[in-house]
Amino acid sequence: MEQKHNQERTRAAWLTYQAVEMAVAAAIFLVGATMMADALRIGIGWASDGPKAGYFPFRTGAILSISGVVIFFRAFFGKHRNQAPFVTWVSFKLVLAVLIPTVLYVLVTQFIGIYVASALFIGGFMRAIGRFNWRKVIVVSIATSIMLFWMFEIQFMTPLPKGPLESLFGY
Amino acid sequence: MADLLNLFHGFSIILSWYNLGMMAIGLILGIFVGVLPGLGGPNGVAILLPLTFTMPPTSAIVMLSCIYWGSLFAGAITSILFNIPGESHSVATTFDGYPMAQQGRAGEALTASFTGSFFGALFSVLMITFLAPLVAGFALHFGPPEFFAVYFLTFASFVGTGKDPFKTVISMMLGFGLAQIGMDNVSGQLRLTFGWSELLRGVDFLVVVIGLFGVGEILISMEEGLKFEGVDDKINAKVVWQTWKKIPKYWMTLLLGSVIGAWMGFKPGGATAASFMSYGLAKRFSKNSANFGKGELEGVLAPETAAHGSGCAALLPMMALGIPGSATAAVLLGGLMIWGLQPGPLLFIEQKDFVWGLIASMYLSNVVGLVIVLSTVPLFAAILRIPFAIIAPIIVVVCAIGAYTVNNAMFNIWVMLTFGIIGYVFKKLDYPLAPLILALVLGDKTEVSFRQAILGSQGALSVFFSNWLVGAMMAAGFLLLFWPAIGLLRGKSSGVPLK
Repeated sequence: MEQKHNQERTRAAWLTYQAVEMAVAAAIFLVGATMMADALRIGIGWASDGPKAGYFPFRTGAILSISGVVIFFRAFFGKHRNQAPFVTWVSFKLVLAVLIPTVLYVLVTQFIGIYVASALFIGGFMRAIGRFNWRKVIVVSIATSIMLFWMFEIQFMTPLPKGPLESLFGY
Repeated sequence: MADLLNLFHGFSIILSWYNLGMMAIGLILGIFVGVLPGLGGPNGVAILLPLTFTMPPTSAIVMLSCIYWGSLFAGAITSILFNIPGESHSVATTFDGYPMAQQGRAGEALTASFTGSFFGALFSVLMITFLAPLVAGFALHFGPPEFFAVYFLTFASFVGTGKDPFKTVISMMLGFGLAQIGMDNVSGQLRLTFGWSELLRGVDFLVVVIGLFGVGEILISMEEGLKFEGVDDKINAKVVWQTWKKIPKYWMTLLLGSVIGAWMGFKPGGATAASFMSYGLAKRFSKNSANFGKGELEGVLAPETAAHGSGCAALLPMMALGIPGSATAAVLLGGLMIWGLQPGPLLFIEQKDFVWGLIASMYLSNVVGLVIVLSTVPLFAAILRIPFAIIAPIIVVVCAIGAYTVNNAMFNIWVMLTFGIIGYVFKKLDYPLAPLILALVLGDKTEVSFRQAILGSQGALSVFFSNWLVGAMMAAGFLLLFWPAIGLLRGKSSGVPLK
C-alpha cells in the first residue's frame, strides 16, 4: 500500500503544470511552424492581383509560433513556475474512465451504427462507473437509444450512422 | 418612432402559435442545458443548430436565442442550490447565493436572481431596440477598411481585457488557423489541408464548439469527481411575493447592474467581468456591505442583473455589425450564415422581419422565461440529483450526434473528440476559449475584409488610417492590444506589483 502510494507520488510529480504548459507551448510552436510552411508553399507575398493566399496564414502562423515561444520560456524561467501536479493519478484515472470508452464508442459507431453503440456505451458506463444493477442499466440504455432513434430518424428525419441491427428492421 | 412601429411589426410576427411554441421549447431546453454539466449556452445552441437548417430563420433564431436566455437564467440554479457555477459569469452569484440557500433562504435567493436577470435583460433589450438601428445605420457607410478595423478592435479588446495576453493571442490565432483550413475564398487555392480530402470543406465551428465546451467540460467535471450535494429548494408563490416586495428597495443596485451589464455586453467576454464588477460596486455602496458573502440578497441581485444584461446586450453588435459579443452570440452568428442571411448592418434593411422578430421575441421570452424558471426550479434541481454516471455518457452521446448532424460526417465526431481533449488541457492551463470560437467564426470575414481593403489601396497599409473613423478605430485597437504591455511598464515605473 505504502509502496503504491509512493509510486503515485513520483508518477504525478513529473507531470507538473509547468511541464504540461511547456509541452503545449511547444506543440503550439509546431502548429504555427506548420502553418508558415504551408503558407510558403502557396505564396506569402503579393501577386499582381493582391495578397497571395498564404499572406494571412503565414502571419497567423508566425504570431502563433512567437507566442508559443514566449509561453515556453515564461514557463521555464518565469517567476511563477507552477510545480503543482497537473493532475493526480487518481483523478486522471477518472478522466481516462470517460475518455477511453468514448474513443471506443466513436470507433465502434462506424461499424454497428450510433444507436447500438450508444446503448452499449451508456450501459457500460453506468455499470462500470455507477455500479447500477443490471435492470436499471438495461432499461436506461435501451430506452435512451430508442428515444434518440424516434427523435432523429422519425421526427427530424435526420439519418444517423446505422448498422446491421437497424437494417434488420428495414432502416 | 419608426423603431416602435418596427417593434410592433416584430410582435405581430412572433405572436403565432408556432413561434410561441418554439420560444417555450427553446427556454425549457436552455434551462435544461444550463443546469447540466458539460452542456452550456454555446454548446447547447451548437448541438441544436443543425436541426434548424430547414426551419424559417426567424423561428430558428427565436428558438436558439431562447436557449441562450434559458441557460443564462439557469446559471443561478446550480450556483445557489449546489454552489457550482455552471458558467464563469455565475461565479459571483455563488458568493451570497449559496450561503442564503444554506440558511434556508434558497427560494428568496432564486427569486431575487431571476428577477434581477429579468431586469438586466429588459434594460439591454430596450437599449437594443433604440440603439441597434442607429449603430446599423451608421455602419452602412462602412467599407472593407472600416469593417476590418471593427474586427481588429474586437479582437484587440480580447487581448486588452484578457487575463494572459499571450494565451489569448494563441487561442485567437488557432481560431484563425482553423478558419483558414480548406479552400481560400479569394483565390480558390487549398490551404492547410495536407492532401486530406476530409479537410477540403474546412473545420466546422459547430463541431469545435461541441468538442471544446461539451466533451472538454465533461472531462473536467469527471476529474473533479462531481458530487452534487444540493440544498433543498423551497420556492412557492408566497416566497416569490415576499421577495418581490423587498426588491424595490434595491432599485439602485438593479439600475447599476443593468447599466454595467449593457455596457460590458458590447465588448466580447463581458458577462463575467460585468457580474464581478456589479457585485463589487453593490458591495461598496451597500448599507449592509459587511454582510456580503454571508448571504445578502443584494449580493445575488447585483451579479445576476449584470450577467444577464450583458448576455442580452451581446446581441447588439451581433445584429448591427455582425460581431458577436459572447461565445454563444458567435454560435448564433454562425447560424445566421447557415440560414443564408448575411450578418451586418444590411440586416436591418433587408431582413426587417428577422431582426425585429428577434428583438420582439427578446421582450416576450424574458417575461415567459421568468415565469418558467420560477415555476420549474424544483424540477430542474431534481435533474441535478440524477447520478453523474448516467448523465455523463448521455451528454457524450448527444454531443456526438450533434457533431455528426452538422454535415453528416463521421469525421466530425473525431474532430469533436480531439477538441474535447484540447478543451480539457486548455481549460486547465487557463487558455480562454471564447477568442478561439470568435476567430473561427469571423476568421474568413476578417481576412476577406483585410484583403479587399488592401487590394483597393494597392498594398498600402495606410488605407487603415485613411480617414478619421477607420484611423480612430485602428488606434483604439492598437491601444487595447498593447494595453497589457502599457500596464506592465506603468506598474514597473511606479513600483506597484502587478497581480
